[in-house]
Amino acid sequence: MGRLDGKVAFITGVARGQGRSHAIRLAQEGADIIGVDICEPVPTNNIPPATEADMAETVRLVEALDRRIIATKADVRDYDAVKAAVDEGVAELGRLDIVAANAGIAGTPNPAENLSEEDWTTMIDINLSGVWRSIKAAIPHLKAAGRGSIIITSSTAGLNAYQNLAHYVSAKHGVVGLMRTLALELAPDMIRVNSVHPTSVDTDMIQNETIYGLFAPDLEPEERTREAVGERFATLNALPVPWVEAVDISNAVLFLASDEARYITGVALPVDAGQTTK
Amino acid sequence: MAGRVEGKVAFITGAARGQGRSHALRLAEEGADIIAVDLCDDIPNVAYSSATEEDLAETVRQVEALDRRIIARKADVRDRDAMKAVIDEGVAELGKLDIVVANAGICVIAGWDETSVEVWDQTISTNLTGVWNTVQLTAPHLIAAGGGSMILTSSAAGLKGLPFLTAYVAAKHGVVGLMRAFATELAEHSIRVNTLHPTGVNTPMADPRTMEKFGPLLEAHPKLGPMMTNLLPVESTEPRDQSNAVLFLASDEARYVTSMEFTVDAGNTQY
Repeated sequence: MGRLDGKVAFITGVARGQGRSHAIRLAQEGADIIGVDICEPVPTNNIPPATEADMAETVRLVEALDRRIIATKADVRDYDAVKAAVDEGVAELGRLDIVAANAGIAGTPNPAENLSEEDWTTMIDINLSGVWRSIKAAIPHLKAAGRGSIIITSSTAGLNAYQNLAHYVSAKHGVVGLMRTLALELAPDMIRVNSVHPTSVDTDMIQNETIYGLFAPDLEPEERTREAVGERFATLNALPVPWVEAVDISNAVLFLASDEARYITGVALPVDAGQTTK
Repeated sequence: MAGRVEGKVAFITGAARGQGRSHALRLAEEGADIIAVDLCDDIPNVAYSSATEEDLAETVRQVEALDRRIIARKADVRDRDAMKAVIDEGVAELGKLDIVVANAGICVIAGWDETSVEVWDQTISTNLTGVWNTVQLTAPHLIAAGGGSMILTSSAAGLKGLPFLTAYVAAKHGVVGLMRAFATELAEHSIRVNTLHPTGVNTPMADPRTMEKFGPLLEAHPKLGPMMTNLLPVESTEPRDQSNAVLFLASDEARYVTSMEFTVDAGNTQY
């Protein structure tokens, strides 16, 4: 028996990385999935964008687990598109129990005084307002189900400050405030709201030239190997690891989504190898 | 399907009944063998009945019914020699140690001006020093195992100053400090240390005789009553709700979760 048998989960940013990992992990435990992803380039974001082929691969992987998935190309900056995707998914799959608000960008790192208006507003629009829109669209369905669990993906940057990431840090701190407020507002409906705070996760969002340059500015680009940069990443964590795997975040999402956590709400859960302790 | 803590060994204090027994059963259900201790003796000053040797024997029976092994001994967390003897014996018998659940604790309800020196001392020595004994004496075995997970039972009262529990609040806050300090020092050994913060739990500690003590105190200080409120519309939680969190933190699913205050409190600390 799966830990989420009979439940339906809505996941944003589902085409790859942590979002895909969440979809697979929740599906392994019996959940059906409603997924959205922009599947398009985002200005100011420096990594190759997720594609429709990526999303199709997520669909294939979930269906290979014998679970259903309704995946729609939608941008969390577009409330009407997100709402349509959720409503259609619920119409198809019958209900909604879980929300994993995961979609986000890393943006372009820069000291705050050098951030452009577009750097700032794009970041806030996706990583903060996009979370609010995704949850707003889902709340009526969770209320209709009589209970539910919302998991917001924040970051260690939602608890700590990091230079060159003022926009990212502000957005990720902002979702903690959103989480706490929603936990208060939705508790009477038995809807729980928590955030997860990953340290660096081994996905495209960190394994790229821009982030490597941020961590190893003293090395020549050709010297910035995964191994060399990994040593720099490791200095951030207390546990002796450079980064964690997407499934480590998914396991935390799974626990919070399941009835095993039925009395856990308002929690900021670090999956950070002790980074925020340092 | 393999259990979520298959092949691991867990040491649990206060295992005769209540949350401790529940932790033993939940971890055993998922494949762990258990080393268990409990005082099994009368505790002065508490309003509820103390655990007995029969209670501990029942924990043994229920763990063995799950086809897991358990070494259970009567021992006081305040007695370092007794604790060390049980831990060493359990590890010799079961082969190693991976998980530590420092759960043993007592609770005495009294206004600040009615808290005796004896109550202060017994609460600090059991709920704080007892946890330190547990962590310090088990850590060498986790280092030998190449890593592990420690879960220290604090309380909502370890994060907020709940009324009429001065010694308990102080000890449970102290456990958070212990957790953070050990998480820092033991991280290099891949040992994770986290605290658990329950709201009210349906156990013998929450006997009506315990809860009655709050009545007249809250009547005299009505402003403080709302501090006991849970956000979620439930009065209290079940031991298994706490055990599910212990299981998660104990398992490799949480292999990168450390130095965290884990609330299973129906939102009590957010109210």
